[in-house]
Amino acid sequence: MSTKGKVHLPVGQEAVEVKGWFGAHKYLVLRRISQAFFLFLFLMGPWFGIWWVKGNLAGSMTFNFLPLNDPLILGQMMAAGHWPETTALIGGLIVLVVYALIGGRIYCSWVCPINPVTDGAHWLHDKLKLQKGWQPKRSARYWILATVLIVSALTGTIAWEVVNPVTMVHRGLVFGMGFVWAMVAAIFVFDLIVARRGWCGHVCPVGAFYSLVGTKSILRISAVKRDACDDCMDCYAVCPENQVISPALKGKGDATPLILSPDCTNCGRCIDVCAMDVFKFTNRFDTHVEAPSDAVSVPEPPNRNAA
Amino acid sequence: MATAGQHKHIDRRRFMTDSARMAAGCAVAGSLLAYMTRDAKALPDQAIRPPGALGEDAFLAACIRCGLCVRDCPYDTLVLADLGQDGPATGTPYFTARDVPCEMCDDIPCVLACPTGALDKGLTNIEHAQMGTAVLVDQENCLNYLGLRCDVCYRVCPMIDEAITLDLIHNERSGHHAIFAPIVHADACTGCGICEKKCVLPEPAIKVLPVRLARGAPGEHYRLGWEEKDAKGAPVVEGIIDLPDRLPGPGTDNLAAPGGYIEGLVDGLPSTPEGGFEPVFKLPEVTK
Repeated sequence: MSTKGKVHLPVGQEAVEVKGWFGAHKYLVLRRISQAFFLFLFLMGPWFGIWWVKGNLAGSMTFNFLPLNDPLILGQMMAAGHWPETTALIGGLIVLVVYALIGGRIYCSWVCPINPVTDGAHWLHDKLKLQKGWQPKRSARYWILATVLIVSALTGTIAWEVVNPVTMVHRGLVFGMGFVWAMVAAIFVFDLIVARRGWCGHVCPVGAFYSLVGTKSILRISAVKRDACDDCMDCYAVCPENQVISPALKGKGDATPLILSPDCTNCGRCIDVCAMDVFKFTNRFDTHVEAPSDAVSVPEPPNRNAA
Repeated sequence: MATAGQHKHIDRRRFMTDSARMAAGCAVAGSLLAYMTRDAKALPDQAIRPPGALGEDAFLAACIRCGLCVRDCPYDTLVLADLGQDGPATGTPYFTARDVPCEMCDDIPCVLACPTGALDKGLTNIEHAQMGTAVLVDQENCLNYLGLRCDVCYRVCPMIDEAITLDLIHNERSGHHAIFAPIVHADACTGCGICEKKCVLPEPAIKVLPVRLARGAPGEHYRLGWEEKDAKGAPVVEGIIDLPDRLPGPGTDNLAAPGGYIEGLVDGLPSTPEGGFEPVFKLPEVTK
């Protein structure tokens, strides 16, 4: 009962053949560049003495003018009973507004320094063909987020900062590692052996927070050419939050082709690996679906009629 | 319809068990997290917070560990605590006086850099900072206490003659020298740690300690009678009976008259003192 006449190719292989290596890795490469860029901004000071950006992801000051602050940390601070000064409030507000517009979890896939670690763990996980392992519910992270805020309120501290690997790794890289490498190793092993896509996909309350921030974000991925889909499943295989795909891709008729789940990290890997170019970045108001006739012009015609 | 109702029932049951499971898991994880935050509150005694830092409890609610104070410190005094180091809560700023003390910048750039108010902007005069209190912890090895004139802590103190003074004490050992004892006056000491840094001993005899360790506290109801009297310009308690004071010397009746010495008595003049009597032992007369 194979769905296709051809043999199973490795994930993304078909896209590489159709679009070339770069075409099939465009957003991955862009994402790595983006992650390196945001890290480099902070490293220019300590490495080269160019202090355009000072601080770290928890709070920073750019050109001695633009404050940026992690709103989740400010939220914990307020829960702990400290009202931040105006600088931090403005910094937090800017971050909130930006991510509310472009998608909260853009932070996860384009900025967060833990993302390359968990992506690396997943890559090795696939190579070694390991079991899924422990898969707590995707909603676990929202519970953890609530717990973090409650613990902050009860202890009067910014509780998650005691363990938050995101800020720890970033701070470690910019200010000095200490034992942060152990934290990185722990996350890697957790994702590799304990739980596939465990940290970013199930546990991290920072990601959960940014999901909530980006619930109504403008920038979205849409399965505009969903009728061209040949069910190769590569997008599901490559997506770190693959529960978000089906409603858009498998929607029929008037069902929106937009991936509207706030869990989507806008990483763009589905666009990369799709040989049929089903997906593209667009805005949340763009609900049009391209006519199936377009699919005919695609180099490798789908043989779903045969299935 | 029956199956639909059954579905609903099962869904609800699953929802309840899932929720209960999550809640229990979060209670466990949350307790662990709470324990870790408590642990993080243990600030080592020789880690000094930057000037204007809120009290440690309030500080940990306010500090986002961004390191902007560290970046704006011109003397590289401040550092962020590394993870796993036996030190302050990870990522929070502090300094170690013996390594690099606080140079007490006039404009206090670290406080200005703090975006959240963990370093209180109310501190505008660095001389009012209370990062800690210097304590001469080891009189037995302090060179000044041994009778030498080291004086380094006194000389380097940015608050010289206010935070540290040299008080003269008789040197019992030599019998005819003075000891220039460095005395810290905690109200004026900012805890900058320059004295600790500059102490010439291999292990400093003067150290900056957290105020909670360095200082005692008087009972809330304590009043210093002499201060109250000065403030009021009259005895605090009206109509108090002034009893005779016992004076040094042999015997049991070396008593001075209430109100102190009466000129007439001491001089043996015939005038009758009010209720006074002449002590057997007299203090030597002070010649002016």
